[in-house]
Amino acid sequence: MSEPLLEFQNFGFQYKAQQEPTLENINLKVNKGEKILIAGPSGCGKSTLAHCINGLIPFSFTGTMTGSMRIKGTESKELGLFGIAKTVGTVLQDSDGQFIGLTAAEDIAFALENDCVPDPELHERVQATAALVDMDGHLSHAPADLSGGQKQRIALAGIMVNQVDVLLFDEPLANLDPAAGKTAIDLIDQLQKKTGAAVIIIEHRLEDVLYRSVDRIVLMGEGKILADLPPAELLCAGLLAENGIRDPLYLTALRYAGVRVTPDMRPESIRTLTLSPEDKAKVRDWMRDNPEKAAKQPGEPLLEAEHVRFAYANGHEALKDVSVTVREGELLAIVGTNGAGKSTFSKVVCGFETLSSGTIRFKGTADWQSLSIKERADRVGYVMQNPNQMISQTLIFDEVALGLRARGVPEEEIRPRVEDTLKVCGLWPFRSWPVSALSYGQKKRVTIASILVMRPQVIILDEPTAGQDYRHYTDIMEFLRELGRSGITIVMITHDMHLMLEYADRAVVFSGGKVIRTDTSAGVLTDPDVIRRASLKETSLYDLAKLCGIEDAKSFVQRFIDYEREVERP
Amino acid sequence: MRNVFNYIDRKSPIHELTGAAKLVCLLLWSFAAMATYDTRFLLVLPVISLALFFASGIRLRDVSFVLGFTVVFMVLNNVLVFVFAPQHGVSLYGTKHVLFSLGGYFVVTAEQLFYHLNLVLKYLSTIPIVLLFVCTTNPSEFAASLNRIGVKYTVAYAVSLALRYIPDIQREYHEISQAQQARGIEMSKKQTLVKRLKSAAAILIPLIMSSMDRIEVISNAMELRGFGKNKKRTWYMGRPFKAADIAAMAFGAALAVTALVLNRVNGGRFWNPFLAG
Amino acid sequence: MKNSPVKTIVAIGIGAALFFVLGRFVAIPSPVPNTNISTQYGLLAFMAVLFGPVAGALIGLIGHALIDFSYGWGIWWSWVIASACFGALVGLISSRLRVAEGEFGAKDIVTFNVCQIIAHVIAWGLIAPVLDILMYAEPANKVFMQGLVGGIANIVTTAIIGTILCIAYAATRPKAGSLRKEG
Repeated sequence: MSEPLLEFQNFGFQYKAQQEPTLENINLKVNKGEKILIAGPSGCGKSTLAHCINGLIPFSFTGTMTGSMRIKGTESKELGLFGIAKTVGTVLQDSDGQFIGLTAAEDIAFALENDCVPDPELHERVQATAALVDMDGHLSHAPADLSGGQKQRIALAGIMVNQVDVLLFDEPLANLDPAAGKTAIDLIDQLQKKTGAAVIIIEHRLEDVLYRSVDRIVLMGEGKILADLPPAELLCAGLLAENGIRDPLYLTALRYAGVRVTPDMRPESIRTLTLSPEDKAKVRDWMRDNPEKAAKQPGEPLLEAEHVRFAYANGHEALKDVSVTVREGELLAIVGTNGAGKSTFSKVVCGFETLSSGTIRFKGTADWQSLSIKERADRVGYVMQNPNQMISQTLIFDEVALGLRARGVPEEEIRPRVEDTLKVCGLWPFRSWPVSALSYGQKKRVTIASILVMRPQVIILDEPTAGQDYRHYTDIMEFLRELGRSGITIVMITHDMHLMLEYADRAVVFSGGKVIRTDTSAGVLTDPDVIRRASLKETSLYDLAKLCGIEDAKSFVQRFIDYEREVERP
Repeated sequence: MRNVFNYIDRKSPIHELTGAAKLVCLLLWSFAAMATYDTRFLLVLPVISLALFFASGIRLRDVSFVLGFTVVFMVLNNVLVFVFAPQHGVSLYGTKHVLFSLGGYFVVTAEQLFYHLNLVLKYLSTIPIVLLFVCTTNPSEFAASLNRIGVKYTVAYAVSLALRYIPDIQREYHEISQAQQARGIEMSKKQTLVKRLKSAAAILIPLIMSSMDRIEVISNAMELRGFGKNKKRTWYMGRPFKAADIAAMAFGAALAVTALVLNRVNGGRFWNPFLAG
Repeated sequence: MKNSPVKTIVAIGIGAALFFVLGRFVAIPSPVPNTNISTQYGLLAFMAVLFGPVAGALIGLIGHALIDFSYGWGIWWSWVIASACFGALVGLISSRLRVAEGEFGAKDIVTFNVCQIIAHVIAWGLIAPVLDILMYAEPANKVFMQGLVGGIANIVTTAIIGTILCIAYAATRPKAGSLRKEG
């Protein structure tokens, strides 16, 4: 057998600033042409492992390495960062951070420029590599003119411009909408077949990666490798949920229906899954036994936007006759691709932008437009996607109190209000901590608290769960659901389909500046036309329903949601 | 604003010149315009820049937005000079021809007016040419050009990075400031200066702290792709010099030499019509 | 903590971009009509403390030159150079402060502010006006007056914004093991 490309032997790593090793006893081999998925919850060490593969450890981050890590037979610490880069190419999670050229062409050329490749070879290789990722028509585009998916393709071209043997992807799906994510997984698959490179994908969204086959899944937890198995075997081993990874939805549904899943059923993808007639019958029986629950009684209209239009100064019409009603006490999801108008809509509601025509009413009164940004914020609060973009104070208490202080609320009233809010948000034990000591998810809670303290009736959250693993996702969403139960109306701008499916009462779908559908999540995610136009992805539950011969897929999905809410997450 | 440089992509002989040649020209031209106060020379430079503007195909309305700033700046500076030193011209030229008095301290002399004329000509000699450079040079070529004229490539690339991330940081600033406004943070005149600065800090801290994280990500991305590997690097946007580039640089050099010769002939930086008569 | 050469280059690029955005778009009305306060010097002092004199000088130089470029009023070299000198001078104390290790106490605040005041005085009280006289033959009392007014405004903004930034950044780098949940 030929020598492995990468080989970890009893490998460990401890950051200089940490008390405990982040990686321990890692044994892993990656062979030529293999495709491997590394999965695990936040903090399990998978990013550190990625740094060890691409050489940032030990060359950029300092710490202690134990054991051996060889690349094509040579110890990585003897190769140097640039030596490793000849073998391993990395696509980082942050596509804006990786896109350092002023245009697509310059970014692809970056590595070649550093190698002093002269013209005309330089231009030829950029052109050829751009064609490989289907971006040769966009060479002169600036990053601002490219979508997230396109930026990722440029990043990919930027590393493939040198013929590397290993392509390493750090959370490639994190910043993409569902359709773009699907395309990315497809592209990775094609490129691997074309170039024969080994592919390592680090991602916690298992189901989305498994849309195309992988050879092995490496499951990590607390700095160790817990399992290194072919997908079918890992999925049947029941290790995922307890280690913070979400099982594919169709497998969860099969579990509810009492179907025992075994590797020979090829459960790694809904498209390869085979079910016996008895199993199919079990699913149908489950559906029969779990009728749809009566929909929640809709509340009174709270925020009504009618025929809202908005155009930016450059003439781009971002909202074209948008009408949306937000009802009291509901959890509403606003979905659609980047640029579909969903963020613009929330900005118009909050008064960050002024609508060109149409009306917005709050509790039936039409004076909304005359209110200032600050006055609107007393009724409708807005939480940004990235908590780091909102936090300006060093102490949690001060951060939450900021809005009240700016409003001139007396200090003796501020204290109890902030303390109550901290309790509601589960931040009471941390009240005297500096914000910087909190995890990302806790910071998110701080920003929600800093809005809640002003007692708005509606909170708009932009991508509330972006960049978080399953456990933190569940944490935040259960917290929002609690808030919803206490009477606060919650609007979530998202392209996370699980979020929409599991938590939203209703979904409003934006596309091209218009609302193309308002329906239950089950209704939206089983309608192929809406899915296509809004760059969503059909849920695998829909495919499962079809596989089991269930005609009314929408009802099947609805029953699944209702069952989860009633039984699994009461 | 998509690019800081306000680059306007047209077909013209000026656009055709390489960025490096234009940069050399700009530096030599600026040096010449700064070195001398010879009025005749300062009269010629604006005429040439006007002709160059015409050749570049850049229209007045393309640059009208910056002209406003420039005019205000010029007027303001002239007023300030006059207010602070109404007799500055007299001390520079050594004679005193009183024209009229505005009362007390403010006596208007021919020397002072002549100095103001020179000051205005100086602006007209330096400002349009910078604007022309900005409008006709692709920002992508700028870093390669700096490196070409001897700036270390790492520093040249820092300039390129600044141009790359200005739009991103600007957008982020805008979003952060909106969200903070909703929380009641404002920087308007209604508040005391210290409070205004503290409000500014509430917006700037998240912006700058997330930029610090960004520095980390970008430098990792660059190192992983071999930045800093060699003593030099090539540039995708770099172009070899053509005859026109050499000619342009020679013209710039000629201007610089002329300015120095004039200073020698005039026996100083000023051409003095008051002594000649 | 030693910054890698590439990281310093990136810091210069991002620092210059921030300097530009703050200088052009962060408009805080000043007590003098029609003028705005330059918050960018607070940023520049902060970056210089973290990344040293060379980075400080280049952030000031590139950032200020880009602002001038974008306004179209030509490059006002005397003031651009003064910005660069300010960055370099503040950067000189970077080796004495340990902001990146999370330390910025009362003594450091004093050191930082004494240094930034001296640097502003040299930049705007000396370098900018002298260069204005040499390059543009402007009257001495005018340029010194301008330098004085600009310098004082910059000292105030740097004292507030620069200090707050250093404190905030130091606080994001907590020392391990010092935190415990309260019941």
